[in-house]
Amino acid sequence: MQNVIIIGAGLAGLSAAVTLAEKQISCALISLQNSERAQSVLAEGGINAALNTMDENDTVQNHYEDTLRGGVWLADPNAVRNLTSHAPEIVRWLENLGVPFNMTDSDIMLRNFGGQKKKRTAYAQSSTGKIIMTALIDQVRKYEASGLIHRYAHHNFIKLLLENQICSGVRIQNLYTGEITDFKGIVLLCSGGLNGMFPAVTTGTTQNSGDVTATVFRQGVRLGNLEMLQYHPTTIGISGKRCLVTEAARGEGGRLYIMKNNQKFYFMEEKYPELKNLMPRDVVAREMFFVRREFGGEVFLDMTELPEIAWQKKLSDLRLEIIHYLNLDPKSNPIPVREGIHYFMGGIDTDEFHRTNIKNLFAAGECCCQYHGANRLGGNSMLGALYGGRKASETIIHTADFVSEENINYSGEIPSPASPVLIQKISQILLSGLGIVRNQNSLQTALENLQSLSGQKEYNFYEQNRLLLAEAMLLSALERKESRGAHYREDYPDQNEEFRKTAVSEYDKTIRIFFRPIPEMRSD
Amino acid sequence: MINLKLEILRRKSPEEIPVWKCYDYQTPDDHANIASALNDLNQNLENPVRWECSCLQKKCGACAMIINQKPRLACDTPLKEFVKAGTVRIEPLRKFPVIADLIVDRTILFENLKTMKLWFEEEAKTNGSQIAYEASRCLQCGCCLEICPNFYAGGDFAGMSAMTLTARLLTALPDSQKKEIFKAYRNYIYEGCGKSLACRNVCPAGIRIDQLLVNSNAVAVWKRKFRHEK
Repeated sequence: MQNVIIIGAGLAGLSAAVTLAEKQISCALISLQNSERAQSVLAEGGINAALNTMDENDTVQNHYEDTLRGGVWLADPNAVRNLTSHAPEIVRWLENLGVPFNMTDSDIMLRNFGGQKKKRTAYAQSSTGKIIMTALIDQVRKYEASGLIHRYAHHNFIKLLLENQICSGVRIQNLYTGEITDFKGIVLLCSGGLNGMFPAVTTGTTQNSGDVTATVFRQGVRLGNLEMLQYHPTTIGISGKRCLVTEAARGEGGRLYIMKNNQKFYFMEEKYPELKNLMPRDVVAREMFFVRREFGGEVFLDMTELPEIAWQKKLSDLRLEIIHYLNLDPKSNPIPVREGIHYFMGGIDTDEFHRTNIKNLFAAGECCCQYHGANRLGGNSMLGALYGGRKASETIIHTADFVSEENINYSGEIPSPASPVLIQKISQILLSGLGIVRNQNSLQTALENLQSLSGQKEYNFYEQNRLLLAEAMLLSALERKESRGAHYREDYPDQNEEFRKTAVSEYDKTIRIFFRPIPEMRSD
Repeated sequence: MINLKLEILRRKSPEEIPVWKCYDYQTPDDHANIASALNDLNQNLENPVRWECSCLQKKCGACAMIINQKPRLACDTPLKEFVKAGTVRIEPLRKFPVIADLIVDRTILFENLKTMKLWFEEEAKTNGSQIAYEASRCLQCGCCLEICPNFYAGGDFAGMSAMTLTARLLTALPDSQKKEIFKAYRNYIYEGCGKSLACRNVCPAGIRIDQLLVNSNAVAVWKRKFRHEK
């Protein structure tokens, strides 16, 4: 028996579970695999906090402004205020859990990251996600042993249990035994981004299928800003996926160029003399797309001038990875890089307290649309997941009515998984509409192709959910008739204040997209 | 073009007697690996091969299995290694109960960590320790347990995957936990390890297990300080 059910055991889920356990509230922590396999372990470059340990007069206010500006004013300023003001405390908390961050002689070292003028990103070489996860998993283990956190690895979310728009639990399948159980309690979704909508072309894991988001959408949970996909500028193609080359490569001095008239053209440095290669990711990715279109050939990341100390103490894992996959040593060779889908700013629509539109249902981490607006800054994802998980749990602690009910075995039908062929077809259609550069024609054609696919046959539970989510993603992109952050429309190349709103997707027999104003900044 | 026969040890359930099944596989991708081959193969199989994967870039340890008699990660095993022989044999890890096909239940690995009480009871800073960093990279994939002549599920020896996590804790262990963790280390790691060091060469994360072991023994058993620490 548990008070809260957490779906997903990555950074957001673990952070939420610890927050609840510290207040003696029990939870079921449900995940497809153990936390060591969560996508959070892939995070590389670091976590942002205005710790100001590098004598650069950094402040929470700077972090707040950079995050809002990086998200092109689409994030909730109250939520971002909370996030950034708690960031230093969160990083200190991690330090106290024994995370071996890189250090100066006396304190946590910070590195430069995109969209930020000050050094603000705490890191553990280029495996920060993995190193933080190890410490956090240890902490969770303490509460597993004391009986406050009940782990259910290898369990799959099937659907929410809803009664009159109130969530009373979830239906879960044990993937090892096939057994299905209805878990009762408050539900917190920490199920990650929508990578599985684009199999083999994102930097994420195969486990973040998007099925949870797709299913709850069909069940009436609102989603927000689905058009906001982050293309990371520097990824390399490996078998079965895109592999991230951390932004820290540029933070430590890496430079992007393309060959123009047989000479290296450092296009970011020429066009953006202030932040150069460290402009926000949406800008860098778009510029790469444009220079490739103009000059042909590949964009290269040149790290050959990085000091030896950077390779030894800051990017050792990255170097080994690049040698392994490209057979090129980045110390002496520039490497070809391309943009790749990396993060989903959009997702389950929540308020700053991580409440969804359904009572007793909450969401945090990458599955939820919070903090990052139209473009996430590097270093803010782990922060958003850790803080979001904590904030959601705090909301639950302060507001929820806990009812202790026994879990119930369920003996009905088990839904079949979606066909891999259909998943690929949907992905191809989405990619044709939701590239780095979009327009009405390509989006409309994609929508028509998707609708035609939807009408071709009877689909199973997961397939129907996926088709609906894909349709909402395209509709949301069609309705946002402006360019903002990751959403660049050739036919509407300018920002439009009218659209400085959250694009909300809602399903009730049909999909409806409406725009909701961003909350005003409170003065408290 | 890579042409291979994939021989996979298959069973639908733990109770079923496993059977080797052979699949012809062809791919134009010279960089293809066992993980991408399994994914491809499954696109066309009526009964897809059940296996676990997640990151596909050797950072999560999900896809550990036995490939030509050696515990490895599927995503870190290039097909071109087997082109000359023309065949590769794939089977589940043997030290853990099989669920189906290539899926094993590694719960015991995580239970051992709980038994040893591997966590900090109070605030503990590792101050950028290189040992803590190296130890934190452990994937908990089970390859080192698979190759170990001393580890078996249900035995007292928790193996090197528990040693790595202990090594992180030992860099900053509060005094209040020393007695208990040192005792657990002696009982579940030190006394069970036969020093074959077979684990040294199979870690997919390339962790220098022998070095971590020497250091951890020094601290937890011989009550000396870490060596090689900055």
